Amino acid sequence: MRKLTKIDIITRSNKLEELKEALNAIGVQGMTVSQVYGCGLQKGHKEVYRGREYAINLLPQVKVETVVCEVPVQTVLDTAQKVLKTGKVGDGKIFVFDLENAVRIRTGEAGDQAIMDEK
Amino acid sequence: MALVAMLCMVVAAPVAFAADEAAATIDTGDTAWVLISAALVFLMTPGLAFFYGGMVKSKNVLSTIMQSFFIVALITVEWVTIGYTMTFGTDINGFIGSLEKIGLAGVGLNVLANGTIPELAFVAFQCMFAVITPALITGAFAERMKFGAFVVFILLWAIFIYNPMAHWVWGGGFLATLGALDFAGGLVIHILSGVSGLTICLLLGKRHGYGKLPMLPHHLPMTVLGAALLWFGWFGFNAGSALGANALAANAFITTQAAAAAATLSWVFIEWMHNGKPTILGAVSGCIAGLVAITPAAGFVEPMPAVIIGFVGGIVCYAAVAVVKQKLGYDDALDAFGVHGIGGTWGAIATGLWATKSVNPAGADGLFYGSSDLLVAQMISIVVAYALAIVGSYVLFKLVSSFMQVRVDDSEEVAGLDIVEHGERGYAQAIMTGNSLGLSAEASAMAMQSSIALSSEPDMK
Repeated sequence: MRKLTKIDIITRSNKLEELKEALNAIGVQGMTVSQVYGCGLQKGHKEVYRGREYAINLLPQVKVETVVCEVPVQTVLDTAQKVLKTGKVGDGKIFVFDLENAVRIRTGEAGDQAIMDEK
Repeated sequence: MALVAMLCMVVAAPVAFAADEAAATIDTGDTAWVLISAALVFLMTPGLAFFYGGMVKSKNVLSTIMQSFFIVALITVEWVTIGYTMTFGTDINGFIGSLEKIGLAGVGLNVLANGTIPELAFVAFQCMFAVITPALITGAFAERMKFGAFVVFILLWAIFIYNPMAHWVWGGGFLATLGALDFAGGLVIHILSGVSGLTICLLLGKRHGYGKLPMLPHHLPMTVLGAALLWFGWFGFNAGSALGANALAANAFITTQAAAAAATLSWVFIEWMHNGKPTILGAVSGCIAGLVAITPAAGFVEPMPAVIIGFVGGIVCYAAVAVVKQKLGYDDALDAFGVHGIGGTWGAIATGLWATKSVNPAGADGLFYGSSDLLVAQMISIVVAYALAIVGSYVLFKLVSSFMQVRVDDSEEVAGLDIVEHGERGYAQAIMTGNSLGLSAEASAMAMQSSIALSSEPDMK
C-alpha cells in the first residue's frame, strides 16, 4: 500500500473556488470542505447591539481536507500557497499528516485504493 | 383629570369646528380606504427589504434590509418638509410645484381639491409612494455601496428626480397635459427607479467576483415572505390610487390580482421550459413583474387585458434578467432594472394599447379601442422618464462621488457590509468567543482600539 497523506488547508472563504479549481487541475479531485471559525494573529472587530459592545475575535474561515497518494504532497503545498498567499494576516495555515489507513465504505477497499478515483 | 379633559375640549373645539366645515365634501368610506391603502403601501417597503434581503449573501443581509428600512424614515421626513409641495404645489410652467406648501403649510384639514378625502390622507398615501421608489433602486447596487454615500445619493435623488417626475405626471405637469396615463406609477415609480438602478450599477461596477464566484440567494423563504408582503401591499398601491372606495378601486384591485397571477404562471412556465425546473424564485419574481406591469394600467383596463399584460410582463422580464443581463454582463444585483425598468416600460406601453374609457371616463381609449394618441403620449413619457433617470442619476452619482467614497473597498466587500458598515451580524454563530466590552460609554477605549485594528488591517475577514 502506498503512503497516504492528509492535508488540511484553513484559509479565507472567498478563496475557496479558486483553490478548488487549482487543486482539481493538479489531480486532486476529492475534498471535504467545512465552514470553521478560528482566531490567530487576526484581531477581530467590534460589534454593537443596543449600546452593548463586543470585541469579536473568532473569525470565519474555510477548512479544506484532502488525502493524497499519487499527487506529490509538495505539489499540493506549492499550488495552495500560490493561490492563497496575499501576504496579509488571515491567509491561513496548511497542516500535513501521515495517514494510517482509509476505507471506501461502499466497496470495502482500503488504503490507496479507497481514495483513488475509479477510472 | 377633569382639568385635563376641559383643556382637551378647549383645544379640540376649533379643530372639531373645522372638521364640521369640511364634512360637507369628505366621504368617510373614501377616506377610510385611502388611509388603509396608505398603510398597505407602507408595508411594501419593509416587504421589499425582505424580498431583497433574502437574495443577497448572508454577510450582507442587514445592510440590504437597512437600506430599505432607513429610506422609510429618510424620505418620509423629506416628503412632509419639501417633497409634497415640490410635487403637488401649484404648478410652475409644467415643470415643478411651488414651495407654498413647504412643511405642509396651509394643508391643515382641507379637503383634497377635486377629491372626497382630506388632503392629509393624500399626503400620507403619496408619501408611501415617494418612499418605496428609491428603495426599489437599492436592488441594483446591493452588496457594494457605502452607507453614507447611499444616504446622500438617495436624498438628492428623491428631491431632484422623483419629485419633478411625479409632478410632471400627477401634479399637473407637462406629461399630464400631454395626455399620458399612469394610474399608480409605472413611469414615475418603476421606470424611474429601474433605469436609475441600471445607471448606478453601471457606474458603481460589478460586485467582487461577479461571474466567477457563485452568488446565490442566502435565504429564499425570506424572499418569498417579502414578495407576499409586496403583493398584499400592492392592493393599496393600485386600488388605493382610485382615491376612493368605489368601482374604479375594485377594477384596479382585480386587474392587479389577475396580472400578478398571470405573470407568475408565465415566468414559471417559461423558466421551466428554458431551464428544466420550475423555481420558487421564478414564481415570486414573476408576481412582482406582473404587479409592476399592471401598475400604470390598473385603473384604465379591463380584467382580461390585465391577464394578457401580466402574462407578457412575466415573459419579457424573464428574458431581461435571464437572457439580456447575462449577455450584456452588467451587475444589476437583484434585477431592479430587469423587473421594474422593463416591467414598467411594458406596462406603460400596454396602457396605451388597452386603456378604455368604459373603465375610467377620466382616462382615454388606447390603440385597441380606436385611438393611437394615447400610445404616442405613452411613448413620449417613457422616453422622458428614461432620459431623466439616466441623466439625473449620472449627474447625482458623479456629484456624490466627487466628495465621498461611494463604493466599499475590495477587502470590505469580501468581509461583508453587515460587519464593516454596521458592526452587527444577521446570524450569530452557535460558537462565538470574544469579549463583551459592556456599554459603549464604559468601553470607549477598547472600542477605539478595535476599530483602529479593523482599519489598519483592511483585509481581515
